[in-house]
Amino acid sequence: MAIPTRTRPVAQQGRRAKEDRTRDSHSFATRPYDLVKEFVAALIAVSLLTVGLAAIFSSPDEPAITMAGWAEAAPNDVVATAAAELAGTSTSASYGAPYNSAAEGQKVLRAPLQKWGGVRIPVDSAALVLAPLTQARADAPTMAALATWRSAAADTRIGWATAYADALGKAPDGNPAAVAAGSYGPVPVLTRSFLDVALSGGLEGQLTSSGNFYGGDQTRALLLLSDGAYLEDSARAQHLGGDQWGMMNETGDYPGQPWMWLYTFWYQVPPFSTSENADAQVWALMMVLTLGLMFLPLIPGIRDIPRLVPVHRLIWRDYYRDHPRRPGQAH
Amino acid sequence: MSSVPRAERVHRPPDSWTNALRERIVSTVPPGQALPDRQPVYVSSWIYVFGVLTLAALTVVVATGCVLAVGGSAWWHVSSLGHFVNSLHLWSVELFFGFMVIHLWGKFWMAAWRGNRVLTWVTGAVAFLASIGTAFTGYLSQSNFDSQWISAEAKDGINSIGVGAWFNVLNPGQMLLWHVVLLPLAVGAITVMHVVLVRRHGVVPPIDAEDGE
Repeated sequence: MAIPTRTRPVAQQGRRAKEDRTRDSHSFATRPYDLVKEFVAALIAVSLLTVGLAAIFSSPDEPAITMAGWAEAAPNDVVATAAAELAGTSTSASYGAPYNSAAEGQKVLRAPLQKWGGVRIPVDSAALVLAPLTQARADAPTMAALATWRSAAADTRIGWATAYADALGKAPDGNPAAVAAGSYGPVPVLTRSFLDVALSGGLEGQLTSSGNFYGGDQTRALLLLSDGAYLEDSARAQHLGGDQWGMMNETGDYPGQPWMWLYTFWYQVPPFSTSENADAQVWALMMVLTLGLMFLPLIPGIRDIPRLVPVHRLIWRDYYRDHPRRPGQAH
Repeated sequence: MSSVPRAERVHRPPDSWTNALRERIVSTVPPGQALPDRQPVYVSSWIYVFGVLTLAALTVVVATGCVLAVGGSAWWHVSSLGHFVNSLHLWSVELFFGFMVIHLWGKFWMAAWRGNRVLTWVTGAVAFLASIGTAFTGYLSQSNFDSQWISAEAKDGINSIGVGAWFNVLNPGQMLLWHVVLLPLAVGAITVMHVVLVRRHGVVPPIDAEDGE
């Protein structure tokens, strides 16, 4: 039974519509079809399948790394990270927008998109170390070291911290106890005290509270954690590195986010895998591809593929069997 | 005294926003096509099942997400029941995307944008993208190691295009609200649009099918 449609007939739909003579389905012969029953059956089937998968495979829940856990597992990494924050050489200290102006940031086709975003979440890398020490009201040597640090000129501070960070890099396993003697000012005391604060378990609160009882923003804590090597080492051990398709994976043998395979794919291949602007370039490429997907029906050539590759003959095989074409008529 | 005939004065609805909106709603989908009890004869393939399977999976995703919301963001870490509900949420999301991708490929090979259905395709693609964003913020809201690592990696991507300050992946409070309010609203709205457009034009006929066959 053909049901009349109230949408505009083809003849009134302009030039493009004249080329595309596909009609609304309402003018085609019909047969009984229970949409509600189909949805209820699908809902039951999906619910049962979900319960089965959840019961059999559960879901991953690897506990978050705590600052105390980081300090216990990799104390030398905590000290090295603290020294780098004070020296201004950590990843976040030299990041650029939105945290600081230390770098231009990434560009696409010479457009500094990252810089244009502006410094809207200012983060002082040295304060990631000094603020918790101040709030912790540490012992007398630490307070004296803080006073020495604050009274020194900026160049002197940077010189102390850089020298100590370099010395840590040369020490066996980055062990602070094995660092060669040098002019490090109060930095060894500050970094050692910072390790103690981390071990005490109080560092998270001091980095997230910002004077507010409700600390819901982990930006500074996560930047600090990311500046160390421990987080990445832990992730790589679980095959979650950026060059291990880590963005789409999750801990354990779980599917993760396979729908992000294309985004993750670009990071695995040149030129993106070796580019300093890989993030911005991959994002730009994905935006172009996304627009391509959205407006695929308007792209000549690609929109013609379904007509040229006869997968549709399989999908509508019953229809084509019952409605054979006359000679010379296209299918 | 008005010159308009009495009968016309009685039946013509007055100009008003309410009447205009009602006319718009009524004329969006042809009469009887919003929830029809018949379908074109060419709707005869398993590929059609994946559209409704996607909707069914979305229903399960929303339902399990609502149960998780009742317990709070940390409930699933400390409760075996909460962990099971989280598992239901995770696997329904995996099924949702699986069904949606098959549905998308099926519609591609049908060239389902034919016959004034370009907007139907566009809304489907946008629903797919909004769903990716929703799932992604879900991973950032887990408050576990996955959240830490994924956010640490993702910040570089989002910062590189200059929007990291407004969509701060290192702020789990913001990401949780995007995950449970803003993005689900977007997915819901675009899904409704998509389904209405499907009902407006009906299921796309076979390639080169003659009208009324």
